[in-house]
Amino acid sequence: MAVFRLLATRVFWGVVCLWVISVLIFSATELLPGDLASVVFGQAKTPEAVESLRKELGLDRPPQERYLEWLAAAARFDFGRSLATQRPISQLIGKRLQRTLLLALTTACMAVPLALLVGMLCTLWRDSTFDRAVNAAAIVVISPPEFFTGYFLAFFFAVKLGWFPAVMLTTPSMSFAEIVHAIFLPCVTLLFACFGHMMRLTRAALISVLEDPYIETARLKGLSNRRILLVHALPNAIAPIANVVVINLAYLVVGVIVVETVFNYPGLGKLMVDSISSRDIPVIQACSLIFATTYIVLNLTADLISLLANPKLRHAVAT
Amino acid sequence: MPSLRNTGRQARLLLRSMSTLTRTSVGVLCLILLLLLVGPSLSPYSYSAPVGDVWEGMSWQHPLGTDVLGRDMLTRIMKGGRLTVMLAFLATLLGFLLGTFFGFMSALVGRWVDILLSRIVEIIMAFPSLILALIVLALIDVSKGILIVIIAVLDSTRVYRLSRSLAQDIVVMPYVETARLRGEKLGWLMRREILPNVLPPMLAEFGLRFGFAILFLSALSFLGLGIQPPEADWGSMVKENALSLPVALVPAAAIALTTICVNIIVDWLLARAARVRSATPEV
Amino acid sequence: MGQPNKDNDLVLDIAGLSIVSLHQHGAQPLLKGLTLRLRRGEILGLIGESGAGKSTLGLAALGYQRTGCKYDKGVVRFDNLLLHSGDEKTLSSLRGVRMAYVAQSAAAAFNPVHRLGAQITEAARCQAALSRREAERRMVSLFRRFDLPEPERFGDRFPHQASGGQLQRAMIVMAMLCEPQLIVFDEPTTALDVTTQIEVLATIKRNIRAHSATSALYITHDLAVVAQVADRIMVLKDGMLVEENDTKALLTKPQRPYTKELLSVYQVGRKRGGGKKKGRGVLLRGEGLDASYGDGARILEDVSFGVSEYEVLGVVGESGSGKSTLARVVTGLLPSREGSLWLGGEVLPRRLKRRSKEQLRRVQLVSQIPDTALNPRQKIGEALGRPLSYFFPQRTQAERERRLGELLSSCELDSRLTNAFPAELSGGQKQRVCIARALAAEPDIIVCDEITSALDRLIAKGIVNLMLELQEKLGMAYIFISHDLGLVRAISDDMMVMQGGKILSYGAASGIEKSEDAYTQKLLRSVPQMRVGWLDEVLQKRG
Repeated sequence: MAVFRLLATRVFWGVVCLWVISVLIFSATELLPGDLASVVFGQAKTPEAVESLRKELGLDRPPQERYLEWLAAAARFDFGRSLATQRPISQLIGKRLQRTLLLALTTACMAVPLALLVGMLCTLWRDSTFDRAVNAAAIVVISPPEFFTGYFLAFFFAVKLGWFPAVMLTTPSMSFAEIVHAIFLPCVTLLFACFGHMMRLTRAALISVLEDPYIETARLKGLSNRRILLVHALPNAIAPIANVVVINLAYLVVGVIVVETVFNYPGLGKLMVDSISSRDIPVIQACSLIFATTYIVLNLTADLISLLANPKLRHAVAT
Repeated sequence: MPSLRNTGRQARLLLRSMSTLTRTSVGVLCLILLLLLVGPSLSPYSYSAPVGDVWEGMSWQHPLGTDVLGRDMLTRIMKGGRLTVMLAFLATLLGFLLGTFFGFMSALVGRWVDILLSRIVEIIMAFPSLILALIVLALIDVSKGILIVIIAVLDSTRVYRLSRSLAQDIVVMPYVETARLRGEKLGWLMRREILPNVLPPMLAEFGLRFGFAILFLSALSFLGLGIQPPEADWGSMVKENALSLPVALVPAAAIALTTICVNIIVDWLLARAARVRSATPEV
Repeated sequence: MGQPNKDNDLVLDIAGLSIVSLHQHGAQPLLKGLTLRLRRGEILGLIGESGAGKSTLGLAALGYQRTGCKYDKGVVRFDNLLLHSGDEKTLSSLRGVRMAYVAQSAAAAFNPVHRLGAQITEAARCQAALSRREAERRMVSLFRRFDLPEPERFGDRFPHQASGGQLQRAMIVMAMLCEPQLIVFDEPTTALDVTTQIEVLATIKRNIRAHSATSALYITHDLAVVAQVADRIMVLKDGMLVEENDTKALLTKPQRPYTKELLSVYQVGRKRGGGKKKGRGVLLRGEGLDASYGDGARILEDVSFGVSEYEVLGVVGESGSGKSTLARVVTGLLPSREGSLWLGGEVLPRRLKRRSKEQLRRVQLVSQIPDTALNPRQKIGEALGRPLSYFFPQRTQAERERRLGELLSSCELDSRLTNAFPAELSGGQKQRVCIARALAAEPDIIVCDEITSALDRLIAKGIVNLMLELQEKLGMAYIFISHDLGLVRAISDDMMVMQGGKILSYGAASGIEKSEDAYTQKLLRSVPQMRVGWLDEVLQKRG
């Protein structure tokens, strides 16, 4: 069936993208001026030390071979050791990945339903005061950089009012309520950054569908506004809306880097930024591979949803 | 001078077609740009030398207080803003030239050129841009030129997508076919047949990308990978003062104010572009 | 007559209705005080050209205004209910149950994500007018009556799984499901091919006429079509009534000049001096042309033809026949897979890029939709000036300006239009500019691809006459491509009928009736004729 071929093509391209990106990330080490060892030891390098490190990292072997090994290890979540701390990277990452996911997922769970609901209400009450106010507010809220929103919230709610902690630490013994309390401000910061986009694009997608002729047909059938919006417009807007939602989720994964730095939240993003300043290449590789994979998989999901939402592809033409 | 009078009249008409919010944004943005342009030379302080205590509050001498090294904040904001806005503008411009040219070419030539360019763009876009920039900047030494090129290349992928899809709608129009039937060359088709017809949405996109470039550059500097001391832009000033919250908020607010104004104007441009499109006669 | 609301037979009573369209620069009237009465079981035809306000009137009969339109004054009374002041709730309860609408393009009017059956029974189910079972039973029986394939299972299809003609019939099923008192048909056959149109017309005729409780408004721009179904016809122009009469009387004894004009559009003719300049040898010849898009199926198969100087070759076919592809192959926009073209004595390369400037100049194209054939950002002067300076660079500026003036006047255009943008022109003016642009190259042959189908009939007639006059004066040849068999037959020397990319019959236009091809005969039978009873005759003949 046509839809399977399209799906397969799309998945194949996702895999190709992943492969290209893994090669890029891997070759980052090769592209270095000098090589890794020089970076690690700086001015103080001695030939012996360099040689032993090169051995340890296997830099004396051909790159293709090392790439395959690296990829196979990465697939088992084994990224080697950190240059800075000498600890296994998977240990470093595990906890932090959990914290980042907690942050991103909590935000997503709040942002997606809220954005869809407000987007639909804006469509239903198009050009009303509510619609205008929400739209103006959305522009103001999505425009500033995350660190402005973050510091702004931290200044008022943590420093001035003391309602929430400014620096976040979650421990396993915390109750759910405590965790939510602790990550509230970073979540709201991320929410501000992506809610507006999702809401505005949901509204735009629905409004463009509402201009289609079959909506007029539905009105002339005497259907209620609510039924027209939910039964006739929404299913046709699924593809663009799913796209927007997923792109914003993908954005969350990246936006987390800045927000974690603002709130000193010990997640994957913070780890990556810290590793960049200490030039801890294997950790950077591991982090960027995880971020990029998530991003690609999310984008792929959006494409697959759009494909599946199209009835022309799901139900072939009967001959 | 009738042409000058005409331009003035058109500008007045344009201003009248805006909402109060949009008009205010245009005013504020012009004011910001003017301050960045002439401000540093009018200021009595040097942007690099301490003139007071660390993190002084607001006063008549220092309207926005002083920073982490006791330098006058207002002077630094104006000087740093110059760098931010200029780099962002150059990056956007370069990204636009690249993206538009390749986008139009893809749409016009089609076939393997289109497939090749689209695949390259797809792969670049599959990579989260901040991560890509971080990796590149982690590996090579940062300079202003490199920053511009990185932002421009990442931006150009988005511009490519937009200009390609806009141009694809126009390339199939009979008037472009007529020009092709006459034997017109690629350059004429791009400049005379396609470009004038995609200008309104492209202008809105330029504003949007300019806003993003400011944010992107600031984010890089904030993370310590953009502009390096002793030079400063708004993002790196936030980073410098991050330990004192109200002070760090000052440069952050400058970015926020600029991008909010830009986005409000972009919103107006987008609505206008949509109106232009829907106003074309229907069959 | 007395008070209309006392008349029990009156289904729809519209009095002094005015509707305006809201513009950036204020309100513009769409309907100017229109009055209309529809009795039970009657079919009233509304006819007019674009801008006549007939769709606005049809929708107003259902108490509906499109976005951008606003009720101004007047009364719309449906079965003693006031619709113009009715609240949404009352209107909703009437629509779909007691009054229904059939849109022009059923393909766009059905929601692509829902099955046809669910959409057809939706109004009845949501308004609790019928039980689900009863609604489905009626739907299937209507499917059967309307000759839809697999009536039991047709409702399970999605819109994209049915053809245009089937969808249009399904739309009528949807309208008739609750046996409404009023159905508004808004150009229900305009988007269809003639052979499909006749099926839909037959369906409407048989089922609405037989159902005495249902009245209908039938909106169209085609007098010949409305003459087959309507009892009475109202001619509209610019939101006002021109003439109203029984169908037969209106066709045979039109009172107003505008009505007479509308009737005359069916009489395009070509008065020429018996082919005095003809026979000077073949100008353009195609042999065994095959074409396809990408790797897809063949759209042209083994097409051969020849056009002599000062000749009109007519090409007729329905959508998908490959007639427009032929235009693209001849002009070089789509290189043919097989076969060859000759222009004059020399081979005309298949690819556009291989053709010389001189060859490009000699073959010109005028295309279907004038709105998209002119660059909206180029003034008329630029659009016409470019081919002049491109093809004749040796001419002086003064010569070119003189030539520009000549072109405008020969296409009956005002010389002041050079400074106008296309948006300031009407559809007919734009098409004249396109013709002038083709003439600017001083071509030997002009390929006319459906040049009249996007225009109103009266304007189209003017364009055709202009083309014929120009040919008389300048002596070039035309390939005239159209779906309109009557028109092509009237103006062509030779004509060919195409279907599925193949030529089915090819010969002198005057002898087309004698073609032995079954499809050609079917096409000939399907062209509506401007007289009452034509449809009945055709249906009777079929048995």
